[in-house]
Amino acid sequence: MIDSEYFFKGLKSIKGVGSPAIALGASFIAIGALLKNLGFSIQESIFSTFLTYALPGSLVMAESMFVGASLLNIFIAVWLVNARLYPMTVALMPLLMHKNQSRWKYYLSCHFIAVSSWLIMKENYQNITKEKRLDFWIGIGTATWSVAIISTIIGFFASDFLNKDILIGLAIINPIYFICMMIGAMKTIQITLSIILGAALGPAFYFISPEWCILFGGFIAGTIAYFFGERNGK
Amino acid sequence: MANNIISIIIITSLATYLSRFLGVLSAEKIKETSKIFRWFNCLAYSTLAALIARLVIFPSGSLSEIDYFIRFAVVILSVFIFYLTKKNLVYPTVFSAVLLSALSSFLS
Repeated sequence: MIDSEYFFKGLKSIKGVGSPAIALGASFIAIGALLKNLGFSIQESIFSTFLTYALPGSLVMAESMFVGASLLNIFIAVWLVNARLYPMTVALMPLLMHKNQSRWKYYLSCHFIAVSSWLIMKENYQNITKEKRLDFWIGIGTATWSVAIISTIIGFFASDFLNKDILIGLAIINPIYFICMMIGAMKTIQITLSIILGAALGPAFYFISPEWCILFGGFIAGTIAYFFGERNGK
Repeated sequence: MANNIISIIIITSLATYLSRFLGVLSAEKIKETSKIFRWFNCLAYSTLAALIARLVIFPSGSLSEIDYFIRFAVVILSVFIFYLTKKNLVYPTVFSAVLLSALSSFLS
């Protein structure tokens, strides 16, 4: 079913200097503390990270609950902020698909797609034979997802000790990790331009619409980068 | 809080899984050598960059209490450390957290 050699290889991606464990851990510790303060029980907090496993989505959920939004409004707000997972999935899954793999594994393992696991897979897929990439991916996903769940538990129980200054420190780790990972990913004209334009246009569109700025800004930036790259040898 | 926590969790996870599910559905018809794949690759990186830039420039939650200029300086310094340590990710992330926590308690 799952090739254990490649699964464990993926699992080990959590170790070493490129490990996402610190960044993931820091942000889900903050989430655990936040959920506790919102009145979640420990079971509910675990359940939330277990099922959603996407940081901005959990933050939006918490904000929406705070203002007493309806279920429909929560659904729309979370969908909007997590819609970036759609292009991410389309840009990852074709690399993992192979005729010898079973389809259910794609639909189950797509749950593991989040910024950190995605960036690690994108960086490493070329070193893995195509037939086994899905098993490697499931290993990465299991490792990052477990870190997220364990950190949520730690955050929940440590929430009384986490003062404002510590929470601010935890909050900066994630953006710093992603900024460094993205700088490391700038290897072609298309990707470099996508990242630079996206970082400029996303916040610029914030002035027009805070809800849609990421999708609008990302769409326009990515499309410009694509055409520019196609004309100028990728 | 009008809604039950469990239903909120389930709604949140469904709204999140929807994009992942549709992504796999579309991916089944897309070859990794195709133009459309390259276009989606650009869209994925640009949307991520937009999201991260927004997190730093217009943060929600605790980060918004820190001055814009300080956030910016911490980012620049951390990227500098990232290069200085030959692209090690542990040093810049830990550094940024310690520095910002310290600045936050010092300035308030």
